[in-house]
Amino acid sequence: MTTDINPLVIFFASILTSNMILSNFLGMCSYISISGEYKTASSLGKSVTLVMVFTTVLNYWVYKLVIVPLGLEYLQYILFIMIIAASVQIIEMAMDRLLPDLHVKLGIFLPLITVNCAILGTTLFMVIRDYNFVQSILFGLGSGLGWWLAISALAAIREKMAKTKLPRGLEGPGIAFIITGIMALAFIGFSGIFTIT
Amino acid sequence: MEILTTVLSVTVISVFLALIIIVAEYFFNNYGECEIDINNGDKKLKVEGGSSLLSTLSGQKIFIPSACGGKATCGLCKLQVLEGAGPLLPTEEPYLSQDERKNNYRLACQVKIKNNIRIMIPEELFNIKEYITTIESIEQLTHDIKGFRLKLPAGESVSFKAGQYMQFHTKPYAKIKESVYRAYSIANVPSDNEAIELIIRQVPDGICTTYAHTQLSEGDQVKISGPYGDFFLRGDCSEIVMIAGGSGMAPIRSIILYVLEKGIDIKMNFFFGAVTKKDLYYLEYFHDLAERHDNFRFIPALSKPAPEDNWEGEVGLITEVVERYVNDGSDMEGYLCGSPGMINACINVLDKKGIPEAKVYYDKF
Repeated sequence: MTTDINPLVIFFASILTSNMILSNFLGMCSYISISGEYKTASSLGKSVTLVMVFTTVLNYWVYKLVIVPLGLEYLQYILFIMIIAASVQIIEMAMDRLLPDLHVKLGIFLPLITVNCAILGTTLFMVIRDYNFVQSILFGLGSGLGWWLAISALAAIREKMAKTKLPRGLEGPGIAFIITGIMALAFIGFSGIFTIT
Repeated sequence: MEILTTVLSVTVISVFLALIIIVAEYFFNNYGECEIDINNGDKKLKVEGGSSLLSTLSGQKIFIPSACGGKATCGLCKLQVLEGAGPLLPTEEPYLSQDERKNNYRLACQVKIKNNIRIMIPEELFNIKEYITTIESIEQLTHDIKGFRLKLPAGESVSFKAGQYMQFHTKPYAKIKESVYRAYSIANVPSDNEAIELIIRQVPDGICTTYAHTQLSEGDQVKISGPYGDFFLRGDCSEIVMIAGGSGMAPIRSIILYVLEKGIDIKMNFFFGAVTKKDLYYLEYFHDLAERHDNFRFIPALSKPAPEDNWEGEVGLITEVVERYVNDGSDMEGYLCGSPGMINACINVLDKKGIPEAKVYYDKF
């Protein structure tokens, strides 16, 4: 049973060996399109991490307290999406008021995150793998940090590469996909350290 | 039964989420009453905080140009915000130059009103308002050009510069389901500020021109907004050359009347081009003005006069006529209003005569 796994193992595994982008290929749209500049990419990564932790926790309780008791498993996708959308809204409003500096940096990315499939993916993995509460939090945090790591790395590489001459067909997203592939290969190197399924 | 639980639970959860958002909005997005100070105390507005500066201002009937509807993609709603705007957002950066950033320019659609705020609005934007006017008269000027005189509501007036334009809003009609607006230059003199005169030529299949020509009659109401535009008299010279074709006469007429009324010491040459005599209008009117004023010369020209026209005036393309009349353009400014083709050709001719493009002002349509 997955419930026996040490939460810390889940945390590190979700950053390195089961990285949301590099091994599950989730959240690719914003990953490719917002990775032109390191600063913005890193801000987006942080926002994703924040939202991921928040929504994983929320969805965990909704799943345990509402969906399972009422037998609404077949509606879970819709409910999870609704909760993600609503919590992003609330986080944005709260941040605007309470942490205006952070809102300036992350604010414009928050609405974008609503449709980031890595967020929904994290929640669904949590449900499928039947994680307990502590495992879920660390899984959400790890997945977020992993996503942040991947987009920051890609953005840093793309920034370095900005002055390089590329074959015309590969400019922009083309080369980003190739880099992602190579990065994913490199991350396979971590696979012996821990595994979660 | 199962269906009922499903519907009920989804409804309850949605309502619950909506309620949380409403409560959160009430707590987080409630900035209370804020004051907008415009142009160093010229005008002070008390508004509800929490929305963007652009939408708050338009709610107060102050219209800042914006083409994208507040999505930070057009960069038109630039304003100087002296105080209370918060830090520059990444969304604004692409639209602001170093100089503009130094001078506190911001995109009004991205600045959220959270506290008292001090802004500068250029005089010409400050003037932009919406008016519900009543058509006082419609005059058939040629077979396809009509002149409209729109009376402003009692007690209201519009302050515009001679040469500027208004936006004319249509209502849905016939197969056109949407309201559209188009820009038309103001043809009357600025001192006649209780009405707006527009000259509209019917364009085949033109939504707005067809509306104006076929749907409107005296006494009808028309919504207009403005004034807009940077086509107006600079007057930094001793002589000006004005060239118009078709309904492009409107802003030129306003400029001429303005100069004559104010007694400004500038010599004016007005070249008015048309194809045949039936495309000309206001001939008597301008000939009469030219006779009474030494500093105004009116030169109508036909490019292809019909035999029955008995035309004795200038013949040829308007550029050829201008070339014949203008000699030394070194102390002149050019004012052009007409089709892009005509304007480009005229800019070339004026350049040849010594009026650099920087001193040629135009409205293309």
